[in-house]
Amino acid sequence: MASGTLVIGESTEDGKLNPVVPELIGIGSRLGGPVTVALLGSGVEGVAQEAGAFGASKVFVIDDAILKDYQGDSYVPIAERIAKEVNPAVILMGQTMMGRDLAPRLAQRLGTAVAMDCVNFEMQGDKLIAERPCYGGSARARYTINGMPQIATVRAKAQEPAERDDSREAEVVKQPAGVGEGDVRTRIVERRKEKAEGVRLEDAKVVVSGGRGLGGPEGFKPLEEMADVLGGAVGASRAVCDLGWYPVANQVGLTGKVVTPDLYIAVGISGASQHMAGISSVKNIVAINKDPDASIFKSSRWAVVGDWKEIVSGFTEKVRQLKASG
Amino acid sequence: MKTAHSCCCRAAFDALRSGRNGVSSQDCGKISGCYTTARDETRAGGAGNGDLRDQPHRSSLLIVFPDQGDRSCSQFRVDEAAKKVLPAPGIQPVPSQFDTIGVEAALRIKDKQPDTVITVLSLGPDSFRDTIKHCLAMGADEGVHINDPAVNGADHWATAEVLAAAIKKLEPFDLIIAGRQAVDWDMGIVGSTIAEILGIPVVTIAKDIQHNDGRVTVERVLLDGFETVEAPTPAVVTVSNELGEPRYPQLRQIMMAAKKEVKPWTLGDIGISAPEKRITLEALFVPETKVETEFIEGDTPQEKGEKLATRLREAKLI
Ligand SMILES: Cc1cc2nc3c(=O)[nH]c(=O)nc-3n(C[C@H](O)[C@H](O)[C@H](O)COP(=O)(O)OP(=O)(O)OC[C@H]3O[C@@H](n4cnc5c(N)ncnc54)[C@H](O)[C@@H]3O)c2cc1C
Repeated sequence: MASGTLVIGESTEDGKLNPVVPELIGIGSRLGGPVTVALLGSGVEGVAQEAGAFGASKVFVIDDAILKDYQGDSYVPIAERIAKEVNPAVILMGQTMMGRDLAPRLAQRLGTAVAMDCVNFEMQGDKLIAERPCYGGSARARYTINGMPQIATVRAKAQEPAERDDSREAEVVKQPAGVGEGDVRTRIVERRKEKAEGVRLEDAKVVVSGGRGLGGPEGFKPLEEMADVLGGAVGASRAVCDLGWYPVANQVGLTGKVVTPDLYIAVGISGASQHMAGISSVKNIVAINKDPDASIFKSSRWAVVGDWKEIVSGFTEKVRQLKASG
Repeated sequence: MKTAHSCCCRAAFDALRSGRNGVSSQDCGKISGCYTTARDETRAGGAGNGDLRDQPHRSSLLIVFPDQGDRSCSQFRVDEAAKKVLPAPGIQPVPSQFDTIGVEAALRIKDKQPDTVITVLSLGPDSFRDTIKHCLAMGADEGVHINDPAVNGADHWATAEVLAAAIKKLEPFDLIIAGRQAVDWDMGIVGSTIAEILGIPVVTIAKDIQHNDGRVTVERVLLDGFETVEAPTPAVVTVSNELGEPRYPQLRQIMMAAKKEVKPWTLGDIGISAPEKRITLEALFVPETKVETEFIEGDTPQEKGEKLATRLREAKLI
């Protein structure tokens, strides 16, 4: 009988446990049954016990140079093999670059289905109910998967991570990759980082985002200044990324990044549902918009109606004063 | 009323392909050795179509498949009982943006290799014919529309299985280009699933596609940058909006498109029966969000900005 949860884990580029993994373990634990984690990568062995501390009872470690970069052709067959060995009722992974690519392919190999980018889960008997935002985040859909195992990818920061308890220990099972160069049909020729300077959007406590209302790429200068004073990061709407006003790496929303700052300031952004999908768990949204009926105001805790330029300059100046006076 | 929004059935697919009638993959040069299947009668028939194939030097064969959704998804209401989203009155389904981006990606390859034949393959109800026509007006060469009540409301896997079976009938091909994700329902699944069924490589979330001599070179969008990946063809590539704006059909092209053929296919024509569904939509609803909005007032914009700062300081957010 299929039971428990298999989490396909991953590490960050600097060799740490990806923060989504404790979230996945947390979900698995709440669903009931044991949580097994599979860690695929190069140099991932070191974080196996960390997965144990977050509550995994068993950790499969497949540590091989061939797994250094995610490639479907090497990861999919390994995930398939472990899934068959573990025989879980549920398989979870993050809606990360890996999860987006791996989950649908794994589902097809296992003859089952996957619900992508889910934010909420519930177990009814052995049926997983997976909830995902759709229609650009304005509606929610609940799915069940007809076969086994039931696969889902999970949006980062949608759920609380499991508690860390270093006294817990997982059984660690090392396995060879079992795939060779010849199995990988794709080849990574080059990888370029478009590294945003300063605070990472995903980690920022304050995010200041600009939209088409800024009127041009030069509009981002004052926003960068504002973010700087606040110790935050700058985001952008898709409209401005498409126009080339700001790097795509800074796009917030459905097809960009999901951010979870304590404070989100949207300047000249209309509040399209696809944009809001990137800030759905932000509690404090400030919107600056000249249109009093802009839909972003509906989700905003604070609203300022008017031309953004002077509002922003007044704001930044005042924040400087406040910070200077402690 | 059966709307185009009934869940996952809205996969419209574009196909790009080439290859002369009766020419083996070897002759074509750009077609992988294992795809030597000669065209079947269904394809050989049809005026416009036959003409295209009979010209010499048609080598690369590419397939694109988009998924149809409506762009105006901010205007809709949810019928929770029927588990359906109904468009606001007057909203017509248009090709979803990512999918016309798929056609755009194919056309950019054709711009460089004019002998490329682009076939649009789509699965969906009657209204999808217009979507295919739009793709033809953009510059695709021919269309195949799988329209069968047996797959109304098909999920992603049923959609992928039907399309994969249709693609096998359309072989040989070099590339299948798929939209990254339908505006709402396709979870980015169909392209990868087709690749798995066909046993060919897949490269997801492309912003640039170069196709040369049995290889495809794809620039992928990562969360913090880009990655260039190479794969042998035939392969599936799913595209992303970073590729750029799809071109808009010119009047002359719209008129030319009227002459291009859209073949109607049923499951019988493909020779399969309706695949089983693997996923069930249990509920669809609008989540409740209640936010008390405080409008910051002031005599000048400058003053409003200052007051905002003060309020945020009081709330200990800055
Ligand atoms: C499948 C799909 C995925 C998408 N994914 C994303 C995504 O990930 N992220 C995203 O952001 N969008 C996404 N979009 C696009 C989204 O639908 C909107 O088109 C986009 O968010 C609009 O960007 P905007 O708010 O900057 O521009 P607009 O909608 O044009 O809004 C500009 C705003 O600026 C205001 N304004 C104008 N001048 C001034 C001024 N002087 N002072 C103050 N305010 C001013 C206007 O009142 C208006 O509200 C997606 C769309 C689709 C179909």
